[in-house]
Amino acid sequence: MFAGFEGGRLPAAFMSAGTSSFTEFLTSVHPEMLPGHRLPESGAAGHLTPDATTIVALTYPGGVLLAGDRRATQGNVIANRDMEKVFRTDEFSAVAIAGSAGFGIEMARLYQVELEHYEKMEGRSLTLEGKANKLAQMVRGNLGLAMQGFVMIPLFVGFDENTAQGRVFSYDAVGGRYEEHRYHSIGSGSVYARGSIKKLYTDDLDETTAIKVALESLYDAADDDSATGGPDLHRKIFPLIDVITEDGHRRIPAEDVARLATEVVEGRATDPDGPTASLS
Amino acid sequence: MSMPFYVAPEQQMKDKADYARKGIARGRSAVVLQYEGGILMVADNMSRTLHKISELYDRIGFAAVGRYPEFENLRLMGVRFADVRGYQYDRRDVSGRQLANIYAQTLGTVFSESLKPWEVEIVVAEVGDTAADDEIYRITFDGSIVDEQGFVAVGGSSDHVGTVLKDRFAADAPLSAALNTATHALARENGEERELEASNLEVAVLERSREHRKFRRIHGRRLTSLIEEGQAAARTSSGGGDTTEDEANE
Repeated sequence: MFAGFEGGRLPAAFMSAGTSSFTEFLTSVHPEMLPGHRLPESGAAGHLTPDATTIVALTYPGGVLLAGDRRATQGNVIANRDMEKVFRTDEFSAVAIAGSAGFGIEMARLYQVELEHYEKMEGRSLTLEGKANKLAQMVRGNLGLAMQGFVMIPLFVGFDENTAQGRVFSYDAVGGRYEEHRYHSIGSGSVYARGSIKKLYTDDLDETTAIKVALESLYDAADDDSATGGPDLHRKIFPLIDVITEDGHRRIPAEDVARLATEVVEGRATDPDGPTASLS
Repeated sequence: MSMPFYVAPEQQMKDKADYARKGIARGRSAVVLQYEGGILMVADNMSRTLHKISELYDRIGFAAVGRYPEFENLRLMGVRFADVRGYQYDRRDVSGRQLANIYAQTLGTVFSESLKPWEVEIVVAEVGDTAADDEIYRITFDGSIVDEQGFVAVGGSSDHVGTVLKDRFAADAPLSAALNTATHALARENGEERELEASNLEVAVLERSREHRKFRRIHGRRLTSLIEEGQAAARTSSGGGDTTEDEANE
């Protein structure tokens, strides 16, 4: 009924005092289940899985927002129009991935289990820094994959219950962890998205305005980056937006995003470059 | 004289069972019962950190009585099993039945193979989409597994506690009433009548309507107000004997 379930008992590792980390446990019991296990030694293989593209995150008083477009590309082909690359990881955090989708999504799933596993084993959740550091280690663990062309980068956001504010952490392929202030963006369209947020961001955004800023920035990314998908009004495919406040994680309902995204698209009908920042 | 003693297998098993029962009887009981919004788990526990009630997975809770290190071991095993299974397949592929089976097999093996049986009794409860889909399993020290309907009591005087539970149990009772039923039953353990305060109780629910993970602990102010609400409702609704008993408690 279970691999390794011999003689009416689970392997001894299941009962040992051992570790509270799910990844460590899996490494000792089922290493074959870890992402990137047993990869060929050499040869670039980056073309085997599509790339996930633009993610934006921004903080606002009392919370933090994480949004991602829905497109995945493989070379010049759109591999997927409605990919989900924003994941709730626990009650007070979320992660989104850019880069090799196959491994990125698997890592996000593993990370989700990792946080929950620790919480259940220890009876309390990790601190936000603890969560961010754990993710850094997991990214570092995939360095071998990155060298073969499977580069994936997460963007991690969470609500820090100690300081009562939203925080954003970015990573590089070797597991470097950097705390970002106010806003950040990753992925192929991130240059355009970041430029767009820079001009629209203020320190007193409310939640709805923050969502609008995120949607405008994703529109701008899609406008200039062929790998980023804009709001698809005909197929009803809109960006995914998660917000985290002191009440916990909440995904903005699709109909609300649809309404706001439609406003953005309609705004661009009269003003193709979007809202402008005032210079006075 | 130096011949090894022959002990009949029946006697051996009986001795082990007596040993385990005695060990379990030294501790306080726990009850698990359905209420209108899901499944309620209540244990008589002074400690706020050494839990008798815990979360195993999204819809699945764990309650145990007996020796702490032994059931803690079982809890960790269950969490690991559930998380590996859920990661390997899908979150919906982890079920209370699987976990109950794993526990039953583990306890059964320990009971028959090792000298000292584990002095634990555990409950695995899974909340379903409707009350009819709820599952409550009771697993005893020898690996026996019972599919319980609606409510179950485990621990030293579980028979006694179970009888009191049975009289008052209603699957569609609100949370405060179900909690009142549970504490009422736990307070009458060993034929005695004690007063159970919020600080002696470990309470958690598997809430049907909750998203993602259904398990939630209830403590502090919310627990105190639920207890008071339950007692007030019991006083006004029930007649005769129960009322006087409740009042005698205060």
